[in-house]
Amino acid sequence: MTAPLLEVDKLRKYFPIHGGVLQRVVNNVKAVDDISFGINPGEVVGLVGESGSGKTTVGRTILRLEQATGGTVRFGGTDVMGLNAADMRSYRKRMQIIFQDPYASLNPREKVREVLTHPLRLHKIGDPSEHEDRAATLLEKVGLSRDHLARFPHEFSGGQRQRIGIARALAVEPEFIVADEPVSALDVSIQAQVINLLEDLKNDLDLTMLFIAHDLGVVEHICDRVIVMYLGRVMEIASAADLYARPNHPYTKALLSAVPIPEPGRRRKRMVLKGDIPSPINPPSGCVFRTRCPIATADCAKIVPELKPVGDGHTSACIHTT
Amino acid sequence: MQHEETPPSQEPPLLEVRDLQTTFDLTKTLSICAVDGVSFDVHAGQTLAIVGESGSGKSVTSLSIMGLLPKDVGRVSGGSIKLAGREITQLSDAEMREIRGKEIGMIFQEPMTSLNPVHTVGQQIAEMVIRHENLSKSKARTRAIEMLELVGIPEPARRVDNYPHEMSGGMRQRAMIAMALSCEPRILIADEPTTALDVTIQAQMLELMHDLQQKLGMAIIFITHDLGVVAEVADRVVVMYAAQVVETAGVEDIFRNPRMPYTAGLMNSIPRLGSSINKQRLQAIPGTVPALTSLPAGCRFHPRCAFATDICKGAAPQLEKASESHMIRCARWRELDLNERQAS
Repeated sequence: MTAPLLEVDKLRKYFPIHGGVLQRVVNNVKAVDDISFGINPGEVVGLVGESGSGKTTVGRTILRLEQATGGTVRFGGTDVMGLNAADMRSYRKRMQIIFQDPYASLNPREKVREVLTHPLRLHKIGDPSEHEDRAATLLEKVGLSRDHLARFPHEFSGGQRQRIGIARALAVEPEFIVADEPVSALDVSIQAQVINLLEDLKNDLDLTMLFIAHDLGVVEHICDRVIVMYLGRVMEIASAADLYARPNHPYTKALLSAVPIPEPGRRRKRMVLKGDIPSPINPPSGCVFRTRCPIATADCAKIVPELKPVGDGHTSACIHTT
Repeated sequence: MQHEETPPSQEPPLLEVRDLQTTFDLTKTLSICAVDGVSFDVHAGQTLAIVGESGSGKSVTSLSIMGLLPKDVGRVSGGSIKLAGREITQLSDAEMREIRGKEIGMIFQEPMTSLNPVHTVGQQIAEMVIRHENLSKSKARTRAIEMLELVGIPEPARRVDNYPHEMSGGMRQRAMIAMALSCEPRILIADEPTTALDVTIQAQMLELMHDLQQKLGMAIIFITHDLGVVAEVADRVVVMYAAQVVETAGVEDIFRNPRMPYTAGLMNSIPRLGSSINKQRLQAIPGTVPALTSLPAGCRFHPRCAFATDICKGAAPQLEKASESHMIRCARWRELDLNERQAS
């Protein structure tokens, strides 16, 4: 067994809420609360959950775009949470992110040439005279051409911009990429192009990936393993095949049954959850899912469920699972 | 959410859209045709889904029906829209206001931007029923509470005094549906009503709209880009591409037997949850949706179409009748077997 490339242990991220005249911290939004998982080299792990589940915050905290409140993140054996700014820079080169919104994540005043050579300059990669060539190679790798170097982001369509965002992440030749909803802002016919591109790049460059998404069909398609989050906590972890064939946690079951299937007539028996996702400021005691759970009992309010093994490499956090 | 093929109805359609053309004047000399010759019928109790990507003209179609095109820029430049036999494209603003809300209700993608943040939800519903049904203030409030209860908002008597920001996203969307249905319109136009919602909330919303349709019998025009949602809610489907209808059929028919390469391409490009083929490479449609200012000659889809030949670059194909209920815009539809490709 190889050692995991990324190990997340008891990760917590609270966002303080200030209030009163003195702007003291009056409460916390528990965006990520006690989360542990690992990602093996070459693996694509999906992180799914609804809005407010904390999936994006997990990705950002791993890359230290947010400062963790507690817990550790080890990358290649090193605790990245404890690194100083200079040491962190060498890790940033190894860990990159692709953002959701291709319109907001590119500087409108930078030509594509600058977008792609900037990271090379910053990390002092290669000889500056080669930078332009490297940028052109990157563009070709993501299905664009050298001619695009002299253009501004607004001259591109959404799908093309996302390709530029991917090229930027790849510029420093990272080992690990956090892809934060990389296709959700794109049109249906463009989504498939970008998904295929990500899969090709993953295979060609031997990338390890954390794929954050809310579209369960896309996650099943691209991921090896899947982590299901709800309200800052992990509900279930399983291989993609196992999760979809044998979901264990009641939340996962509800989530899967809520997805509309593009086959008329195949209307499944649906488990419709009541109510809304509670506020992460005051999450329910015990199991955070219990307020919407169809099988919740009095015990669920008292016990915070641990992830328990329910199958081969399959864990679920529910006190009612056997 | 019933999938029976609707029998050719003897009754005249509730809404009849014929050759609708909507033009936007971008500058003094530059105009684009955002909706180009669109026709469809909507029958009482039926759900029609309009599917398309951004820029396909699906939302402009609905704005044209409701008379909500941006003033001085957009206008219906041709064709007709008949509501229960009455032509509504030529009506004055005042006459259209009588129709909106009363005859045609509407819900939008973003409940936060379509609800007024400075009035309570109850006030906003009451305003509608006071205007259209001349109810007294207290009766209007009672109606507002009833409507909130109908859409499944807990403690409606208390929630009626909430401002939109005091509600969650799902609840706001329910409130918007309550408002749209408060005067019992005969047609509900829902423009991407669940796109901004999480899947578990989307499931609640689709269930709710289905129940309300059963209860109130209104027709629904459901505008979406999500084929999963289409399969679930629609009786009939209209597929739009670059301002035109490219295919229209019953829901079973269009999913099992798409005849226009764009429709088939869309269906093949989405990952299928829980299906054994979901690990296979996706069949992406190459290229991008053309801008309406620089449409390709001939078939508007031909630069992206795997089946395009010289014929497709020449004359623009017309919408042709393949059967009583299936229309296709493709010069080669008679010879193409798209199912074979799908199965391979």
